[in-house]
Amino acid sequence: MIRFFRLSFAIAAKDIQSEWRTKEALNSACSFSIVVLLMFSFAFDPGAESTKEFAGGLLWLVFMFAGSLIVNRSFSRELPNDCLDVLIASPVPPAALFLGKAFACFVLLMIIELISIPVFGIFYNITWWRQPAWLAVALGLTTWAMSVIGSLFSALTVNLRLRELMLPMLLYPMLIPALMGAIRLTSLALANEPIAGEDLVWLKVLVAFDIIFTSLSLALVDFVLVR
Amino acid sequence: MRDKLLTATAALAGIMLVWNLKIILTVLPDEVAQGAIYRIMFFHIPGFFTAGVCYIVAMLASIYYLWKKDLRADALAMAATEVALPFAAVNLITGMIWGRIIWGIWWAWDPRLTWALISWLVYFGYLMLRKAIDDPSERANISAVANIFFFSSVAITWKAIVWWRTQHPGPVLSIRGADGKLDAGVERMIYQNWIPLLLLAIVFISIRIRQERALRELDAMRRWAHAG
Repeated sequence: MIRFFRLSFAIAAKDIQSEWRTKEALNSACSFSIVVLLMFSFAFDPGAESTKEFAGGLLWLVFMFAGSLIVNRSFSRELPNDCLDVLIASPVPPAALFLGKAFACFVLLMIIELISIPVFGIFYNITWWRQPAWLAVALGLTTWAMSVIGSLFSALTVNLRLRELMLPMLLYPMLIPALMGAIRLTSLALANEPIAGEDLVWLKVLVAFDIIFTSLSLALVDFVLVR
Repeated sequence: MRDKLLTATAALAGIMLVWNLKIILTVLPDEVAQGAIYRIMFFHIPGFFTAGVCYIVAMLASIYYLWKKDLRADALAMAATEVALPFAAVNLITGMIWGRIIWGIWWAWDPRLTWALISWLVYFGYLMLRKAIDDPSERANISAVANIFFFSSVAITWKAIVWWRTQHPGPVLSIRGADGKLDAGVERMIYQNWIPLLLLAIVFISIRIRQERALRELDAMRRWAHAG
């Protein structure tokens, strides 16, 4: 068990380090998220009070768009020089490989999100730090959901024609339950409203989503990678 | 023999549909609150049930494929999904027509409608995913895993009217614990109209599987010819 986590940690460290050296996906995802934030400002009045009500939704749409760039790279990074075949042939179990990839995605997505949120706060005049604990919970749980499902679908589509197109098409609808919870919790946290009662259901939805899809992915990833 | 069986099944389904239509239109009276439009339910609900059965078959066939690596199971999963989509479309479209009359709008973004649409979209994505992979066993592998994931959206669609307070009516059928909400004759008619739709689905799936098998044989012959 310890070996399993050590191996996945090694994979994650490798992914993060190679991304950190080139900053290929990070740079493009970051600039893309800022471009999307800019585009949104033309769709409606960014200064209006009503904008605050759907601020959470905007933020998550930005994260989703930028996130698909990150998860897309997760497995396709290994395509040059047949690195993916080597990884699969190595003694690392596929589940550990997958977990490491998902963890690397999680870290990279978190970096994008932590950069975008202050920019978002400045552009849309939102004081986002009033409920940091809830914001962190929503960010953490949903980003993990995005990382797990994103990595699995990245592995599914890695050898496909039109990979860049297929991944978001399969990924976004699958993520909607997590996204609904994330948007609700983030909107409340940004508006500094108490999160209690019925809204706690969304926390449960997020936790359940993470547990179900993490275990399902770990169970099925063998079939995806080993062919 | 199989041809005759399929034709007979399709003919039986056709006769049942006509017979049911006669009862729906001439024997059953108008509903008190909704008037004549409630009759669309006899296609709306069985349409979803038929699609749901196809989705379940596709999911089970996908699991069986991953377990036994039998390409026939993959063909079944593909055929069932392909047949499910038109039935799900019948469900969505009849629902929209009903909504236009009763609610005054074609579409309401409530969880039930949204999830039904999401299911339709993810399974459409499944078929597109299959088209993008050339190698048969790789295609079968990948699409089986995707299919198992996508089934979660069907499960959510099924439970949506219990989990959320939706604009879509809550459970009315007695199989979902809503005894007496529906007239017994109407409820029986819903199941009675489900049977021909199921028979039609079986016919379509069989034809589709046969096409898939012919395609595989052609592929094998082509490879053999190229090798020779």
